[in-house]
Amino acid sequence: MTTLTDPPAESFKLSMLVYDTRYRSITFQIVALVAFLTLVGWLANNTIQNLADLGKEPSFAFMTDPAGYDINQRLIEYSSQSTHLRAAFVGLLNTLLVAVLGCATATVVGVIVGVLRLSGNWLIARLMTVYVEMFRNVPVLMWIVLAMAILIETLPAPSAFRGDDPAATMKVFDSVAFTNRGVYIPEPLFSRGLGDISVFGAFGISLDLIAILLVLGVSIFISKRIGKKADATQEATGIRPRTWHLRTAVIILPTALLLLLLGFHFGYPALKGFNFQGGTHLRNSLIALWLALSLYTAAFIAENVRAGILAVSSGQTEAAAALGLRPKRIMSLVVLPQAMRVIIPPLISQYLNLTKNSSLAIAVGYMDITGTLMGITLNQTGRELETVLLGMLIYLLISLSISAVMNWYNNRVKLVER
Amino acid sequence: MSNTHADTVLYVRDTMLPQSEPPASTIGPAGWAKQNLFSGWLNTLLTVVSAAFVVFLLYRLLPWFISPTWGSDSLSSCRALFEEIGRDHEGACWGVIRDRWQQLLFGFYPAELYWRPILSLILLMVALAPVLFVGKVPAKMLIFSVIYPFMLPWLLWGGTVWMPIAVIAGFGVGYLVFKLVAKVGPGGLAAIVATLATVLWWLFLTAPVAYGLASVLPLALEPVASRQFGGFMLSVTIGVVAIACSLPIGIVLALGRRSDLPLVKWLCVGFIEFIRGVPLITLLFVASVLLNIFLPPGTNFDIILRVMIMTTLFASAYMAEVIRGGLAALPKGQYEGADSLGLDYWQAQRLIIMPQALKISIPGIVSTFIGVFKDTTLVSIIGLLDPLGLANAIRADTDWNGIYWELFLFIGAVFFIFCFSMSRYSMYLERKLQTGHR
Repeated sequence: MTTLTDPPAESFKLSMLVYDTRYRSITFQIVALVAFLTLVGWLANNTIQNLADLGKEPSFAFMTDPAGYDINQRLIEYSSQSTHLRAAFVGLLNTLLVAVLGCATATVVGVIVGVLRLSGNWLIARLMTVYVEMFRNVPVLMWIVLAMAILIETLPAPSAFRGDDPAATMKVFDSVAFTNRGVYIPEPLFSRGLGDISVFGAFGISLDLIAILLVLGVSIFISKRIGKKADATQEATGIRPRTWHLRTAVIILPTALLLLLLGFHFGYPALKGFNFQGGTHLRNSLIALWLALSLYTAAFIAENVRAGILAVSSGQTEAAAALGLRPKRIMSLVVLPQAMRVIIPPLISQYLNLTKNSSLAIAVGYMDITGTLMGITLNQTGRELETVLLGMLIYLLISLSISAVMNWYNNRVKLVER
Repeated sequence: MSNTHADTVLYVRDTMLPQSEPPASTIGPAGWAKQNLFSGWLNTLLTVVSAAFVVFLLYRLLPWFISPTWGSDSLSSCRALFEEIGRDHEGACWGVIRDRWQQLLFGFYPAELYWRPILSLILLMVALAPVLFVGKVPAKMLIFSVIYPFMLPWLLWGGTVWMPIAVIAGFGVGYLVFKLVAKVGPGGLAAIVATLATVLWWLFLTAPVAYGLASVLPLALEPVASRQFGGFMLSVTIGVVAIACSLPIGIVLALGRRSDLPLVKWLCVGFIEFIRGVPLITLLFVASVLLNIFLPPGTNFDIILRVMIMTTLFASAYMAEVIRGGLAALPKGQYEGADSLGLDYWQAQRLIIMPQALKISIPGIVSTFIGVFKDTTLVSIIGLLDPLGLANAIRADTDWNGIYWELFLFIGAVFFIFCFSMSRYSMYLERKLQTGHR
């Protein structure tokens, strides 16, 4: 005989929305959603009303109007007759340019400083500590402004290079001129160049560059294949064939041949009139920003590198030594692969910080996306809502792509635990 | 065995040799130098190169640095002084620091009221003491830490004392309503009603009550307008307000991000990642040109307040990540222990989780503060007179036109002292906390 009965059918009461855990989470989420939508609606309503009062209507039509201002630092063709959209694109490319340059330099400097901070040499270790603490504890904006001031105030004017007994001379075999208007370096030129290819009819990419990169890519691929073959031979016979001369030749020769075919030569800057002509002109704003951002970020990267190396426990090193590995191989086979796992994630977030800090370009007049879209375009069109939101969206996209790379890497190197 | 040994070896020493001194090359300064500076050719090379670098730097900078220009009152008088004493090189013109140091520290704050920002800073230290030195100061001082955020605006901006008191009274009103409603209804309802009552008090009753009381008993400090704020005082104020306000928001966001409710979680993730994904300068642009568009027509409050709001939002996203780290670092057993005691979510957070998680997070919070404090220099781009903005303003003066390095050195040194001491404190704390947990 069974005494089991169905539980009494509960009648639904309103208070169960709060007290019954089955419904509570749904209640809370609905409340949160309503609150959020109310807030968004309130803000949107205010915005529409305010804009209507100002006589503006949100629209991105202004982006196709002529910009009417010049950008002195540009990677693609641009004139004051170009559209605001193109100006913003020039700015975006400038942001990416300084970000890439800065990340590369910061990584090199940061790794060197981080390793040297662990050096047994007392003086070097102290100097590196001073460098790291000095740069980390002073705002990056001050470093940027300071770098700009140093470039403008301490370098000679182009006129100092003139005359029979000039006050300043060009450096590196008369090919580089450091002036207070920027640095002039030789530019690569091709006497039998292939010309440009137009992308979407919007801007041109040098075919020479594409050809060189293509050849270099193929060479590196072949060189890797040779390396793999050598690995296989080593696995099979225990003897590694000497391949380094072959690999070097495979990488260098085809590229050199191509450069020769294209008639590669340098165009040197020369003083003409009041300024230097020819060569590539690196403007002070770019150099100051690049220098300050990379040195500032390098101080943080140095700390990450140091922490990463220290994070590998000494037992690992000792065990490797017990296996009979030499110090160099211990470093490359045991310590570095493990340190990398610790170093890379913060390294990538430093890249992210550097990219975001590059928006301070506006302080030295470097025309990045903040300077063009959220600077002059904003002031000329008075479209503060559209320009600032678009600018934020672009930065958000850059940040999210960097984060995506970081997550991909983290998943790849994650320790697989049982 | 030993016998064969004695038979085959001709001589065996049966007494200990007296201990001899270590070789002279391994002890004392010479030994130290050999070990730390000249061990191997590479190290020797590095030592020589870096020593040469340091000497070169000092040789170039020291003569510039040592310069008898403390008394001069313009750049031209500095140059005249150099010619007078026959110095052939340029020297620093320290007169600008003597002339303008007050401005760099306080902006255009009225000189006779300097005691107010100074007192605020001292009281800030007092308010922070129970947080920073847990266990070394009486816990009752936390009461002052709670009151301080309301005192700070009053001290800096001045005005009637009744305003902060009326704002604090809002919490009292909320508490009373909670008690009253909790007697007759469920606790959840009481909490909602109490929150509503507090908000209503702040929105509609605070100002009339404060002004009413002020007309009866006028206890007021001389008001100071926001545009007179500047220099390091502005940086510290924005930094402190942003961190203090971002702490509660950050806690809520961090809890939201770890919540089981998908909608709440995604709202929090969206907010945090959005703020962390854009540069602070774009948020400051929002403060300077957009915030007034988002708010009801006619709203117009001053730029420093708008900057503080955006900096707070910025800091709270970073704070949320720091606190999330603290929450994640707690062993799972703490959560399960709280559950097994029958505590509900908020009780567990309040009594078990948060006290521990916040303690672990203090070093991260300090680093966030250092970051925000350094980032306050960005306000110079939207035209506020932080130290860097003031440096430009000083340079615009005809007396000091063309002066760079002295100002940069002073500003950099002050920032360095602030940030370096805070980072050292945070490292000390990290070490102290680590022993407790590992």
